[in-house]
Amino acid sequence: MNEERNPVEAFLRMDRMPHIWCPGCGIGVVVNCFVRAVLEAKIDPDKLAVVSGIGCTGRIAGYIKLDSFHTTHGRAIPFATGLKMARPDLTVVVLSGDGDLVAIGGNHFIHAARRNVDIKVFCVNNFTYAMTGGQVAPTSPVHSLATTAPYGVFEEPFNLPYLADSTGAVYVARWTTYHVRQLSRAMNEALQKPGFSFIDIIAPCPTIFLRRNRLGDGLDTMRFYKENSRLENGADTRNVGLGLKGPIVVGKFVDRQRPTLGECMDQEYRAALGDKYVPYTTGA
Amino acid sequence: MPHADPKAVLTGRHFLDGDHACSEGAIAAGCRVAFGYPITPSTEVVERLSQRLPQVGGFFIQMEDEIASSIAIQGAAWGGARVLTASSGPGMSLMMEHIGLAAMTETPCVFVNVQRAGPSTGLPTMTAQADIMQARWGSHGDYEVIALSPWSPQECFELTIKAFNLAERYRVPTLLMMDETVGHMVEKVEIPPAESIEIEPRRYTRLPPSEYLPYQPGPDLVPDMAPVGKGYRFHVTGLTHDERGYPVMTAEAQGKLIPRLVRKILDNANKICITDEHSLEDAEVVLVSFGITARIALYAVEAARRAGIRVGLLRPVTIWPFPEKRLREVLGRARAVVVPELNLGQLALEVERIVAGKVPVIRLNHAGGAVIDPEEILRTVKECGR
Repeated sequence: MNEERNPVEAFLRMDRMPHIWCPGCGIGVVVNCFVRAVLEAKIDPDKLAVVSGIGCTGRIAGYIKLDSFHTTHGRAIPFATGLKMARPDLTVVVLSGDGDLVAIGGNHFIHAARRNVDIKVFCVNNFTYAMTGGQVAPTSPVHSLATTAPYGVFEEPFNLPYLADSTGAVYVARWTTYHVRQLSRAMNEALQKPGFSFIDIIAPCPTIFLRRNRLGDGLDTMRFYKENSRLENGADTRNVGLGLKGPIVVGKFVDRQRPTLGECMDQEYRAALGDKYVPYTTGA
Repeated sequence: MPHADPKAVLTGRHFLDGDHACSEGAIAAGCRVAFGYPITPSTEVVERLSQRLPQVGGFFIQMEDEIASSIAIQGAAWGGARVLTASSGPGMSLMMEHIGLAAMTETPCVFVNVQRAGPSTGLPTMTAQADIMQARWGSHGDYEVIALSPWSPQECFELTIKAFNLAERYRVPTLLMMDETVGHMVEKVEIPPAESIEIEPRRYTRLPPSEYLPYQPGPDLVPDMAPVGKGYRFHVTGLTHDERGYPVMTAEAQGKLIPRLVRKILDNANKICITDEHSLEDAEVVLVSFGITARIALYAVEAARRAGIRVGLLRPVTIWPFPEKRLREVLGRARAVVVPELNLGQLALEVERIVAGKVPVIRLNHAGGAVIDPEEILRTVKECGR
């Protein structure tokens, strides 16, 4: 009998299974969508590197069978910047969580977008610090509960697509883990687009966020995503902020051209130095 | 061993400050990628690199802060580049977490610290040598680094090359512990022909991906690296990990990995350590001093010798690991050890541990902002030599 293997398996460190993610968690869906996007985009996996920070999503780097780097909290983007600038031949993807990327790592996020570093940032946004037990994140909706906001969150969260858009990202989209085909397609587009691409991936955290906020389980969340998502390609990102009860505006919001950091650097050096310029080459 | 690139090395006699000499040392050592953030008194290191690197096949990017700089170099290092960042005081404090990351992931990289007086903002433009203990253990957890201390612009050039070679050889973050005085001192710097500058190559594995284990150490306790983008599909993590590079959350894995990270430096200390010695043959008073203070101490040695006092200078060029064996050897006939340093007693702690009460260890300290008065060292030496 011919056993059919899941094509995703070849991209996973199967010797590390079972993974640490909870039942109903959205991160596994994101990993699946990512691998399918890589397959669709026909990217040579040997020329693809994944960089993560710290947190539940940060563990992706440890499970994905590529050159993969699990760095420090909040610093996946500057590590990826160094890797990409030293190795322009690689596709460099940052897979990390909302707390990692836009709280502790927020400064790096805005500067990488401004510089248009050619990296792809896929943010699993579950509105909480799940690994440490459910503290307030800069994405936590107002009035949601967290262990460090037992009376309700009272500060305005970041609208991540607006943040990415206003700081210069060339590709900005949002999908939920219910929209697996759309998410995978968006990742495929982002992988093939030069420049700083960002996808805000709305994902359930049943153990920590959903339970504390009495929002049901993983399946209830899929239903919620299905019923409350509103497709609006090209939406003005100022209007796509999220509340605790929806709606969730999804779609591709930004798709524009800007020269990348590497291209700008090369042009500037060339113009100023002329014959004296010796372009950087990798030892690869 | 391969040699430096003759097209990049500015062979000849130059008049350079220590910061610029450090930049030239980095270029000679094959550094083509640098990231940094401005801070006095280290800024000139990256200013010169930003000017020179695009002319020798490299680039410099000024990052948003020192945190970003200290990890961007590590991304580039895994990409195959020889990398450097430079900072001082508050910037070095921000970089500490990533010195720990580099130690844990065994990433070859060079951190230049042009020391200024602290703590906090302290005296931003004025000298000190008070980051000696931070250099050793400023990040959390147990680990060892290599730290070198130059006392002249010439040595800033030479020891920067040395720092790169040691970082590659032992896969360890290596610190060049300059001080503001040496960094801003302008002197003759002789840059030798490229053919005479040896470059330690990256320790890449010869094994195919199917047989390669990323953190399987060799006999020298150092594992070989895999090149990125070549199908090794390896994992690098700051978590405690096994030979496969996989996270393992057990006391056993910790007990295997961390002692090795420490031992690969300490067990090889005799190969790593460099000292510079003056008039020690018959010394009854031994001065132990480093960086700019050692240069001042040498004046005291010469003046005291003229007065008939048997005094010598042991200068640890490698501060970490400390040249413990050599200090023990020169203690033979010593009646006293004097440790002048521009801090309130940091390296003295290590000297006292090694001397272990056999002879008095006299601390000669200064909180920074100026160098130690040579007459003060001379006075102390004379008192000891009486």
